[in-house]
Amino acid sequence: MNSIVLIISAVCIYLIAYRLYASWICAKVLCLDENRQTPAQEFNDGKDFIPTNKWIVFGHHFAAIAGPGPLIGPTLAAQFGFMPGMVWILVGAVLGGAVQDMVVMFFSVRSNGESLGQMARRYLGRIGGFVALFGSLLIIIILISVLGLVVVKAMRNSPWATFTVMATIPIAIIIGLYMRFLRPGRVIEASLLGLSLTLLAVIVGDWVAEHDMLSHVFNINPKSLALFVIGYGFIAAVVPVWLLLAPRDYLSTFLKLGTVFLLFVAVIILAPKIQMPAMTQFVDGTGPIFAGKIFPFMFITIACGAISGFHALIASGTTPKMLMNEKDIRLIGYGSMLLESMVAMIALVAACILEPGVYFAINSPTAIIGDNLEQVCTTISSWGFKLEPEMMKNLAHAMGEETLLSRTGGAPSLAVGMAQILSRIFGESLLAFWYHFAIMFEAIFILTTLDAGTRVARFILQDFLGSFYKPLGDTSSYPANIFASFLVVSGWGYFLYVGIIDPNGGVNMLWPLFGIANQMLANIALCVVTAMMAQTQRLKYIWVTALPASFLVLVTTRAAMEKIFSEDPRIGYLTAAKSAGDLAINQYIVTGLTVVFLVVVWTILINTLYKVSRSWQAQK
Amino acid sequence: MINNLIQKLKNFLAVIRTLSGDNAYEKYLERHFQDQCSHKPLSKKEFFKQETDRKWNGIRRCC
Repeated sequence: MNSIVLIISAVCIYLIAYRLYASWICAKVLCLDENRQTPAQEFNDGKDFIPTNKWIVFGHHFAAIAGPGPLIGPTLAAQFGFMPGMVWILVGAVLGGAVQDMVVMFFSVRSNGESLGQMARRYLGRIGGFVALFGSLLIIIILISVLGLVVVKAMRNSPWATFTVMATIPIAIIIGLYMRFLRPGRVIEASLLGLSLTLLAVIVGDWVAEHDMLSHVFNINPKSLALFVIGYGFIAAVVPVWLLLAPRDYLSTFLKLGTVFLLFVAVIILAPKIQMPAMTQFVDGTGPIFAGKIFPFMFITIACGAISGFHALIASGTTPKMLMNEKDIRLIGYGSMLLESMVAMIALVAACILEPGVYFAINSPTAIIGDNLEQVCTTISSWGFKLEPEMMKNLAHAMGEETLLSRTGGAPSLAVGMAQILSRIFGESLLAFWYHFAIMFEAIFILTTLDAGTRVARFILQDFLGSFYKPLGDTSSYPANIFASFLVVSGWGYFLYVGIIDPNGGVNMLWPLFGIANQMLANIALCVVTAMMAQTQRLKYIWVTALPASFLVLVTTRAAMEKIFSEDPRIGYLTAAKSAGDLAINQYIVTGLTVVFLVVVWTILINTLYKVSRSWQAQK
Repeated sequence: MINNLIQKLKNFLAVIRTLSGDNAYEKYLERHFQDQCSHKPLSKKEFFKQETDRKWNGIRRCC
């Protein structure tokens, strides 16, 4: 099958959904009123509240919601074949994710730009508000740890990748200093300078990898890299934002939008052939990349791109304060989620154009396929996917690496797919360059999410700590900031390290946890807006948000129960604990966290059902 | 024809500048004088310092 068929089908479905379903929700359910003043017009302060052109807000909103998630989830879920992932990305986005983003944005606009936490407190009561805030903190901690894991796995024992990714730190600092002291506010100029320096870093990385001494210096094992990422995360959290976080964000936004656009155009022009079967035998739960049946595990593996709770935090609070007209909510809320879904489709295509044997050799942990090339090829061939040692050797050599075996986490296989697509336009001799460019591209905005996430988690934590001991809640106090940053970094650092030393591969352990957390947050958001629909005379149409919410309750509950109680040690944390020896404590901790997620989901659900039934009785 | 093309290019650049925040200071000054504020406007350096701190005080990036 040709990938262009997937892309065209997806675009058609998005257009139909946007024109029909989104329009119907806007007209009949939300009753958007173009003559009503928006918070941006009412409170226009030139800072937070600014009425802005809808395309500018669309750009800002899309840049904010599209992180590394839609690139990684679909790559991992491709183990089930291209069809399940494709169907979930399309159906999930059209009926779930885009609806969530749009309806949350609408209610935030109608609540003067309130955040999800504030709306939860008002409509679900104090418990609901607390649980929503607590849930946000947990998801950020898990998100950062799993993204850190992806970066570490991509850099492990690869001097070229490690040098290139590490070089982005001084490059960000150079841009920060440039914008602070030399040319304040010259964003485009500084971003272009940063872009040139990062391209230069990719080229120099090749030289470093060939250099006798430097290649040893940058050949770092996963444990040391994890400690480096943890140390970096702490420093990035305590230095001023203008020095590292803000310039890195400018750079990553430019790279992200540019590369995704380039990839989209390349897929359209080249129309590569899909090599992955529509469905593989791994739908039965024996997948090598992560264990678990297609239901519920595919629905938590692909979160961003189909439905992502994190979006609700951007769609409330930040974007609604910029809307010039209520009518723009359809384009910005629903439309930008469809675009993110398209990014996920492109990632799925990039994974599925690889020879399936190669895809499994890169993404499966050594515990499953072994570390000897002959053994890896025998194992993967026994699954029915052709793989010969020469094939893997040549591929690794073409990508400028010693080996590509078990480079888990999704980023390296996506980078191989991207490199193969882009090199067909720019020439085969640049394969290794594009591979490392893609690794750097993924790492740069993973690290931006890591920096920004740590900072946000610190604010949320200080909010909690402040209620116990007031000085700890003072966000302008440096000692309080350092203390809270230390706690946050210790939290995600712990899970990152646990993922690194996990014998079944950290992706198998942490990615489902992240999926459950993200879908839990989506569930919170959908429950909050469902309660708001009920209380604002929209009871008749409550299914618009209640249906995706019910599906997510089903998915997260089933996934959490399996992750806790399954007798398969690759799925159940408690079963894995029995044979984990000294590491059993880690399995118990992730079990505890999964229980917390379950409690959060059901607390919010019961709270919502209670509020909805009261509204129903009142309106009867 | 060429004038039309140049105009389109200028419009595109203006959108990129607004999207990236490159012209944020010009917009700030415009508003400052439009509102006839009594205090002196911030310097470019001071303005971007404040803007950066304000921007990163909340959730600005997703997964």
